[in-house]
Amino acid sequence: MNSKKKEPLLHIVKRGDVKWYVAWAIRLAAIVLALIVSGILTTALTGLNPLDVYKTIVTGAFGTARKSWITVQDISILLIISLAVTPAFRMRFWNVGGEGQVLAGALAAAACMICLGEKLPNAAVIVCMVISSILAGGLWGFVPAFFKAKWNTNETLCTLMMNYIATQLVAYYTILWEVPKGSGKIGIINQNTNIGWLPEIGNKYLLCIIIAVVSTVLMYIYLNYSKHGYEISVVGESEHTARYVGIKVEKVIVRTMILSGAVCGLAGLLLVGSINHTVTTTIAGGQGFTAVMVSWLAKFNPLGMILTSLLIVFLGRGAGEISTAFSLNHSFSDILTGIILFFVIGCEFFITYKVNFRKKATGKEAK
Amino acid sequence: MENKVVTVSMKNITKRFGEIIANDSVNLDIYKGEILALLGENGSGKTTLMNMLSGIYYPDEGQIFINNEEKVIASPRDAFELGIGMVHQHFKLVDVLTATENIVLGLDGKLDLKKASAKIREICRKYGFDVDPDQKVYDMSVSEKQTVEIVKVLYRGADILILDEPTAVLTPQETDRLFAILRNMKEDGKSIIIITHKMHEVLSISDRVAVLRKGTYVGDLRTKETTAQEMTEMMVGHAVELNIERPDPVDPKPRIEVKNLTVRNEEGILKLEDVSFTANSGEILGIAGISGCGQKELLEAIAGLQPAESGSVCYIEDDGSKDELLKKDPRQIQEMGVTLSFVPEDRLGMGLVGNMDMSDNMMLRSFRKGPTPFTDRKSPRKLAKKVVKDLDVVTPGISTPVRRLSGGNVQKVLVGREIASAPKVLLTAYAVRGLDINSSYTIYDLINRQKKAGVAVIYVGEDLDVLLEISDRILVMCGGKVSGIIDGRTATKNKVGMMMTRIGGEGFDEQ
Amino acid sequence: MIDLVSFIPRAVVQGIPLLYGSTGETLTEKAGNLNLGIPGVMYVGAISGVIGSFFYEQSGEINGFLAIAIPLLCSLAGSLIMGLIYCFLTVTLRANQNVTGLAMTTFGIGFGNFFGGSLIKLAGSDVPSIALSKTSAYFSHALPFADKLGWFGKIFLSYGFLAYASIAIALVTSRIIRHTRVGLHLRAVGESPTTADAAGINVTRYKYFATCIGCMIAGLGGLYYVMDYACGVWSNDAFGDRGWLAIALVIFTIWRPSIGIFASILFGGLYILYLFIPTGMDHMEIKELYKMIPYVVTLVVLVITSIRSKRENQPPASLGLAYFREER
Repeated sequence: MNSKKKEPLLHIVKRGDVKWYVAWAIRLAAIVLALIVSGILTTALTGLNPLDVYKTIVTGAFGTARKSWITVQDISILLIISLAVTPAFRMRFWNVGGEGQVLAGALAAAACMICLGEKLPNAAVIVCMVISSILAGGLWGFVPAFFKAKWNTNETLCTLMMNYIATQLVAYYTILWEVPKGSGKIGIINQNTNIGWLPEIGNKYLLCIIIAVVSTVLMYIYLNYSKHGYEISVVGESEHTARYVGIKVEKVIVRTMILSGAVCGLAGLLLVGSINHTVTTTIAGGQGFTAVMVSWLAKFNPLGMILTSLLIVFLGRGAGEISTAFSLNHSFSDILTGIILFFVIGCEFFITYKVNFRKKATGKEAK
Repeated sequence: MENKVVTVSMKNITKRFGEIIANDSVNLDIYKGEILALLGENGSGKTTLMNMLSGIYYPDEGQIFINNEEKVIASPRDAFELGIGMVHQHFKLVDVLTATENIVLGLDGKLDLKKASAKIREICRKYGFDVDPDQKVYDMSVSEKQTVEIVKVLYRGADILILDEPTAVLTPQETDRLFAILRNMKEDGKSIIIITHKMHEVLSISDRVAVLRKGTYVGDLRTKETTAQEMTEMMVGHAVELNIERPDPVDPKPRIEVKNLTVRNEEGILKLEDVSFTANSGEILGIAGISGCGQKELLEAIAGLQPAESGSVCYIEDDGSKDELLKKDPRQIQEMGVTLSFVPEDRLGMGLVGNMDMSDNMMLRSFRKGPTPFTDRKSPRKLAKKVVKDLDVVTPGISTPVRRLSGGNVQKVLVGREIASAPKVLLTAYAVRGLDINSSYTIYDLINRQKKAGVAVIYVGEDLDVLLEISDRILVMCGGKVSGIIDGRTATKNKVGMMMTRIGGEGFDEQ
Repeated sequence: MIDLVSFIPRAVVQGIPLLYGSTGETLTEKAGNLNLGIPGVMYVGAISGVIGSFFYEQSGEINGFLAIAIPLLCSLAGSLIMGLIYCFLTVTLRANQNVTGLAMTTFGIGFGNFFGGSLIKLAGSDVPSIALSKTSAYFSHALPFADKLGWFGKIFLSYGFLAYASIAIALVTSRIIRHTRVGLHLRAVGESPTTADAAGINVTRYKYFATCIGCMIAGLGGLYYVMDYACGVWSNDAFGDRGWLAIALVIFTIWRPSIGIFASILFGGLYILYLFIPTGMDHMEIKELYKMIPYVVTLVVLVITSIRSKRENQPPASLGLAYFREER
């Protein structure tokens, strides 16, 4: 070769069809790689044997029966929120407002517990909680959807602002309802009467799990087999096509976002009524954002989300255990989650594209 | 022409996209001071080959020699440095920038827009272009945009110009003007490669023709020594019949009546002004016009996709009763019992969903059927299989996303679905754009079969030769108005061309 | 009535981190990258500066130049690394920008709080924060005469050098985007990478540079916050949601950093307005509602700008999309 310019060393080409097992093998490899990097990082920071670190992650998530139950319960809540944001994503509506929608639902549930707790019988309070939290979540989904449908307002920022508005509302009511005055928190609501506490089925974790399983199945059917689900897919792929076949795009956007918000509201209800029995500004704990990633990693497939939410919660709880066991700051789990996400996000590239190393001198192509 | 100097030589060029081989060891020489027509069907790899010369793609195998020196063209910048410039079919311009800003894009040195504008004016004078350097691109017509593209290439001092289907968007008159400019450039010693599949243009402009077929190089011909028939056979690989059938309309009755239709687009620009005509059953009404002068809005207004400012669009039943279609969306029109099919210009962006498979695309029209909230998946699958069989769609299977199919097959899927509902009215926009010859004839045949079945067909086309052959009547549009309606059997191409640029084609004295 | 002479300087110091963030994000978005990781980047920018400053203070001798240079360089390096991660994933590996951005935010905030927490432990302090008063003093050093010129000095001269730098950076960025060849190319990359590529512009390089420089600018916002505004006191989560507001500001300013100067000060004012509205002791909860103001205003502004959309005021056309030359 006597050309002056260097030819590109790497050459990227798009793959044709990828077999599903190849795709999953690549994803698995990315996770393993990410775990190795996380292990090395942890070892570097704590000086521990990496094997101990992994062992701690596993025991942190599934060490005892109680830990396992809590892990599964956490998965359930994250799964419900992920399911909630999924219809919006299928429609290419970037709903990062899960956080606010959960908070709105949680606040509504708590409001029912506090304001109606002494006036209505328990069953009636619970019915009110269910209805109002779903409505509140739906309202929080409706607002950005309305603006998007009407004026094409950027939904990412709109839902984001709705998060903060919800947070401030909760902060406002926290002070209004604080017990005792000046403590800055509401505390366990109806601790003595247990009014508005959702019933325990078997043990206190099972209700969330059952609701999560039912929601997953319903959402899967809704998205894949219903007329609404089909409309959502068409709108997401191309608004022009949707209009062309007479689908009212605005209506679908609003309807889908109300559904999204309502399911988030349901998660809020469970957080307040079944798990925490109180409401705080941080009750959603960033899961509205995590859900975006859970949903995306599963390619918006509800069944896949069981796996991805398991992965995220497992890591989160595992990393939490590391923090406690080795007295590290709890934010360590965010770092690990971040690293693993980077790997999993990055690995999609190797599923879509193929990198050729160029060896033109021999006239052949290395794969 | 006799002592020819080779400026570009492409040797054994191979390019693959996934499993598809776009170019298979192609050899091509380009001489100094000639106009070379690169001829081939759609999908034959003409554009891919030229993209490798202009640095957009990088060849998997093979070498490129410029003035007998091997060169690596890894990026468009490398191509500029070697004096190669390409005008793409889809213009590569930034809408929110001005002509000057677009032209100096990618160059080095301090930004001096005044100096650049002066130089642009100079180039325009030299070759006879007409463009305002300070105009924003989004305010420009298609032919102005094309001018900017050509000036951009000349501004960089290119000696080798590649034009990818430059006439697709131009009127016959604009085409003539472009060809005059290209001849000026040739006189100036520049080499010009023009990608096209229109025979008459090849004959009128080029010195030499190189033919590609299915990614391989078939050979080259001196334009002076060849005929359209010979070139077509080289291009297609076998003898073809170049005639379109035109059966006489059977029992035509008014079906769609458009009266005084006026439409403004979202920006408030008048797109249709006082348009009136009637489309009959069992007849093909051709619509001719420069692209973007209201054809799209007209079809969309009939199909219920475009709100109108005033006027009416009526569907006329066999018994003469009229139903207004304006202010109704496609779903309401469907529910009125009017079976109206529409093959839009933008196939994958409007008519179909590229990422969905064939059977899901078949569902687009029918998914609302059935009393349950769930969709019926079986009948669309059956329909998909039927379309594949009846129209010879080449696809790995009905569960392959349609965007993976070739242009011709995509169109067959779309047309197949639209005629499956046994329509009374069929609207088609640029139904054969980007299709190879065989697929085009399949589509003409399908449209004619609909006509024979008594469907009122409205056919918007861009190739005047085809329009003149297939239409019973031709409605010519000019700037959103009806320039005239003429009989397809007696009309001439010149007459239609004049009517496209002037209402009624005044000043035309052929007859 | 609100006391303007004390209100404006406080609005300005609140606005500066937003200005850094939005200038950085504007630059990034002009290249077609929607970086939702800015909140994380600002955390990393802040904590990197804090780490540098912490160890420098531990070493004993304090020299004015180094006291500024070390945290500054650490901060720039930290946010540069974040920028490189984002670019590698979204530009080289063409990953989804929204998801990458959110992951960056999770990572960045975690990173900030983790090392913040660790430093707090290292410092062995009683309160959950660390104070770097010595180096911070150099950052918050006001211009001369600031306290001698009355209200004028207070409103215009009372800030640390990073505040003035932010305005200079915003003006320079504005100028580069609108009047230079680099800016022209950058706009082309953001509007239509295919076009830019065909014109011989190295799309990848522009995206990398714009995003990384954008991240470094945004990171300075974090540094300013902790070293100047917070007087060198780091406490976990204190930076809050300013990163998100900075992203919202980009739309608000229709991608013009020069407008951002006023907009960010306005937002800074809204952010602290609740402190200046008298509520009385009985109704502290009302303050929580006032804190909602910046978000509600952002929302309203978003809606209004989307109603009257003008061609020039639209986001870069390819914003959020990965570019692959051989896409077909």
